[in-house]
Amino acid sequence: MTRLLPALLVLAIAAVPWLMPNLQVLLTLALAKGIAVMGVTVLLRAGQVSFGHALFFAVSAYAAAFLIAAWPGADLILVLVAGVAGALVAGLLVGLFVVRYRGIFFSMLNLAFSMIFWSFLEKFYHLTGGADGKRIRRPPVLGADIGRSDFELLLFYITLGLALALAWFTLRWLGSPRGHLFRTIKTNETRLQYLGMSPRHVMLSGYVLSAVLCGVGGVLMGLSQGVVTPDFAWWVRSGEMVFIAVLGGAGSVAGALLGAIVYEMVRIYASAFAGDIWQMLLGGFLLIIILFAPGGLVGMFHRFFPGRAQDGEDRT
Amino acid sequence: MTTPHLLEARNLEIRFGGVVAANDVSLHVNRGQNMAIIGPNGAGKTTFLNICTGWLKPTRGQVLLEGRDITRLSPRDIARRGVARAFQIPQLFTEHTALENLLIAVAARDRLSNPLRDLHRIPERAEMMHMLEMVNCADVAHRQVDELSEGQRKLIDIAIALALKPRLLLMDEPTSGVASSEKFAVMDILVRALHEAQVTSVFVEHDMAIVERYADEVAVWAAGDVRLRGAPAEVLAHPDVIRDVIGEVV
Repeated sequence: MTRLLPALLVLAIAAVPWLMPNLQVLLTLALAKGIAVMGVTVLLRAGQVSFGHALFFAVSAYAAAFLIAAWPGADLILVLVAGVAGALVAGLLVGLFVVRYRGIFFSMLNLAFSMIFWSFLEKFYHLTGGADGKRIRRPPVLGADIGRSDFELLLFYITLGLALALAWFTLRWLGSPRGHLFRTIKTNETRLQYLGMSPRHVMLSGYVLSAVLCGVGGVLMGLSQGVVTPDFAWWVRSGEMVFIAVLGGAGSVAGALLGAIVYEMVRIYASAFAGDIWQMLLGGFLLIIILFAPGGLVGMFHRFFPGRAQDGEDRT
Repeated sequence: MTTPHLLEARNLEIRFGGVVAANDVSLHVNRGQNMAIIGPNGAGKTTFLNICTGWLKPTRGQVLLEGRDITRLSPRDIARRGVARAFQIPQLFTEHTALENLLIAVAARDRLSNPLRDLHRIPERAEMMHMLEMVNCADVAHRQVDELSEGQRKLIDIAIALALKPRLLLMDEPTSGVASSEKFAVMDILVRALHEAQVTSVFVEHDMAIVERYADEVAVWAAGDVRLRGAPAEVLAHPDVIRDVIGEVV
C-alpha cells in the first residue's frame, strides 16, 4: 500500500488535464511550489530553517524573464536552464556566506538576503519593472510556437515530470554518502570536523542543492503565470515554503509535494468560500497538523500505512 | 639521521585566565605504543589532546607529527593527516545507526561524493561491518546509537575513529561512564582493535588498574606539566604519584 497509493496519486494527478481541466493550472502552480519547498526540506534535514529561500525562487524567475526580454526566440529548455543557472550561482554566492551560521542566525541572514533582493526589485524600476514586475512571454518549444492551452498542458507535464524526477534525485542524494554527511550537521558538527570534513563545505553542497530546487520551482511558476513580480522574493513567500514543509512533514521530500498540493487547494477553496478569513483557516489548519499530526501529512500516511520508508526519507 | 617521533609536543604553553593548563610541556609519543596520561582533574590532560587535534591553539610551543608542524592546523586538517580522536562523552551521529556512523566516517575518509550511490551500498560496507565485529558491536549494527549502552557507545565512538585508518588515536577517558564490570572487557576489545589496526594510541585515564594493565608507558600530568614518565609499574609506584594522583582518584 505504501508504494501503491503514491503511484495512484501520481496517476490521478497526471489525469487531471483530461478529467478535471479546471485544476490543471492550479496543480502546475502547486507542483512548482512543491519543488521549491523540497529545497527548504533539504535544509531541514540538516536542522536549518531558511526564511529567505524565496530569493532563489525569484532569481530564477527573473533570470528567465530577462532572457526572454533580451532574446524573444529563446527556447523553453534554454529558459529553464537559464533560470536554474541563475539560482545556482545565487545559491553559491549567498551560500558561501550563510553556511558559516546556524540556527536563528542562519534563518535571519537568509531572510536579509531575500529582502535586499526584494528591495532591489522594487526600487530599480527602470531595470526590473518595479512592483509591476516583468512579463515572461511564452517561449517557443523546440523551435515551435505553440498556443496558450497547449503550452499550459505541456508545462503541467513538464512540472509534474520535474517534480517526480527531482524528488527521486533529492531522495537519492539524501541517502548518499554526501547526503548523510550533510544530515550530520543537525546532530554532531564537532565529530564531522574530526572526520576530516569541513562542515561549511558539507553545508554548502546541500545549500546549493536547495537553491537549485527553489530555482526550478521559481522558473516554472514564472512561466506558468507569465509574469514575475517582486512578490516572488517577498518574505511571506519564504514563510509559506516553511509552512508547507511543516504541513507536508518537516524533512519529508514527498511531503513537500503533497503539502504544496493540499496547501494550494485549501488556500484556493478557503479564499473562494471564506473571503477575508482564509489566512485564519490556513493557520487553523496548520495548528491542527502540528498538534495532532506533528509528522505532517506524510507522517499521517505512514501512521495509517506502516511500511519501510526510503532511506533518504525522514519519517519523524 | 634519526626518525622523528610519531607525535612530539615542544614547549607547549596555554593558559585560561589565571589557570595554566600547559606550562612549557614537552612530550613525545613513539610509534606502536599505548601511552596513558594520568593526573588530577584540571591538570590539563584533555587540553593537551585538544591542542594535539587542533581544537585549541597554544600560546607558545609546537606540535609535530612525524617531524611536521601541525600546531596551527584545523582539526579537519589534522584528522586528514592521520590523527583521530575519541571522546570522553561519545560524539556520535544520534539520528543514525551504529553501522551508519561508521559508513559516514568512511564516506568522509574516502571523500565519497557520488550523489546517486546509497550509503548502504558502498563497497566499504563489509570493511565497516568487520570494524564493528572488532569492537564487539556487530549485533547492534542496525540499532540507533542513542539506544545503546554507554560501553557500546564508547566502542562505536572509538570504531569511528579507527574507521579513518589513523596513525595515531587520542582517547579521552575511554572507560569513563562504562560500568565497572565492563571496563576491562571494553579495554580488551579496544587494545585488540588498536593492535589489529596497528594504531598508536594516547589515552587519558583515571582508573589506575586500566593504566597498569593496558599502557606501555605512562606520563603524569600535574599543574600544567609532565612531572614523570616511564613504565606503568615504575610510575604508579612512585611516592609523588601515589600522593598526588592515585590518592586523589581513590
